[in-house]
Amino acid sequence: MSVLLIVEHNNKEVKPFTFNAISAASQINEDVNVLVLGYNSDTVAKSISECPNVKKVIHINNELYENYLAENYSSVIIKLSEGYSHIICSANTFGKNLMPRIAALLDVSQVSDITKVISEDTFIRPIYAGNAFATVKSNDKIKCITIRPTSFDPAPSSGGSAEIQNGEPGDATELSKFIKKEEIKSDRPELGTARVVVSGGRGMQSGENFKLITAVADKLNAAIGASRAAVDAGYITNDHQVGQTGKVVVPDLYIAVGISGAIQHLAGMKESKVIVAINKDGEAPIFSVADYGLEADLFDALPKFLEELNKLNTIQK
Amino acid sequence: MKILVAVKRVIDYNVQIRVKEDGSGIVTDNVKMSTNPPDDNAIEEAVKIKEAGKATEVVAISVGEEKAQETVRKALAVGADRGILVKAEGTVEPLAVSKILQKIVEKEKPDLVFMGKQAIDDDCNQTGQMLAALLNWPQATFASKIKVKEKSLEVTREIDEGLETIEVNVPAIVTCDLRLNEPRYASLPNIMKAKKKQIEQINASDLGIDTKPRIDQIKVEEPPKRKAGIKVASVEELVQKLKNEAKVI
Repeated sequence: MSVLLIVEHNNKEVKPFTFNAISAASQINEDVNVLVLGYNSDTVAKSISECPNVKKVIHINNELYENYLAENYSSVIIKLSEGYSHIICSANTFGKNLMPRIAALLDVSQVSDITKVISEDTFIRPIYAGNAFATVKSNDKIKCITIRPTSFDPAPSSGGSAEIQNGEPGDATELSKFIKKEEIKSDRPELGTARVVVSGGRGMQSGENFKLITAVADKLNAAIGASRAAVDAGYITNDHQVGQTGKVVVPDLYIAVGISGAIQHLAGMKESKVIVAINKDGEAPIFSVADYGLEADLFDALPKFLEELNKLNTIQK
Repeated sequence: MKILVAVKRVIDYNVQIRVKEDGSGIVTDNVKMSTNPPDDNAIEEAVKIKEAGKATEVVAISVGEEKAQETVRKALAVGADRGILVKAEGTVEPLAVSKILQKIVEKEKPDLVFMGKQAIDDDCNQTGQMLAALLNWPQATFASKIKVKEKSLEVTREIDEGLETIEVNVPAIVTCDLRLNEPRYASLPNIMKAKKKQIEQINASDLGIDTKPRIDQIKVEEPPKRKAGIKVASVEELVQKLKNEAKVI
């Protein structure tokens, strides 16, 4: 039996979390086959074939898959699923949207967002915003699993040369249509994979004030995060949200500025290696998870913090 | 147009979760329960569409134990016209919930089904997509904006990279993000009125759906505790600690 892993990409490049999913897949079974559904996506198929964990690439190159629509993806994946023991992808907005549609068509009870592989049928997954961890055993013949990317190290992206097999497209469903994607381009590291994340909350008071965060993030080569309160208030766009229903991040250093630390925010960052909290309310729950807490007005502390960083001879990148 | 909205009764989002000592689950006795937060957004959106004259009826449905009636009643108090409770004991996995909803959809024939994008208890994020698959309907997940057109919806979705807009043919399933709208509070007169609205009760077994979990829950544990941190007195001390003690900058 082997694993079928669904590759997330933009027809040019493989999205980085795919490699974390591949590493989880390899722990389940070494025979990892990956599926690339795309259009003019030869470079994607080629690049994923170089991941040494991958045993075979199935590439279906068709206009139908130019944009990712779960309806079109799931119908062809069902056809290909025979003979596989597991179907896997990342538990990000890509996989969360796709996998349940596959699972239901296969009459499988999906296991979402696993953080650990115990055996080929037993996994650990967080529940209640990570306030509890459940060990669960799947009894279905095919196991449909999404993996929490930040809980697995990425598989290497080079050194292998798997066979690339071309496959036949499925039927067009015509139920839905892609209109547009407003992707926020940035030169910063991606929030999900950055070594350092600097996040702002409601305490920032305005979008304009996020420039204080940006300046520190520039210095530390960090990604910028935000609490839901900051996104809801319109200070910053939704792609920055960290939390139970946003992104889960596990950087080496997480700096929470003006964030009180609601359970839902902690769910997205409390596994970070080192946590710093800067908040003027000494009772804020964020201090309960912080390794280093600074009780201070962020409008004084952030410029000073930048000044101190500027004094250092070297800063890790 | 008729809209069916699925709501789930969960432990209130402000409650500090406690794991049972024997590892068999979460303590739920004497714990405050509420509507799953994004399900409130789903109801709000359906009611707004009706108020705009684009829907004729909003039906709220919940699957769960008898007490889930409170959750349906709350939806009635903010504007749903009538309710349905499908009774099932114990854990009902998203696959079983979606099969129950499929049966109800076949009977009620709504044009749209709304629900929250994720339940904050099991954090599965599956039911809407599963229901869409079973019905062979399109799905618009993580919706933060919905535009009702003649025979379709234009939906803006919150995705990792930013925002995506898709068009889905009606009938369709929409799973709602917390940013879709600001749910209203129920006024006292509307709470009183809701008490008179009808809630139909159905047993899951009468629908021919087996709700026995497929997945074995072997144990539930508390997450590892972080060791207590320290408070630093100044920015200078913070930077020194990060450089020399934690060695992360």
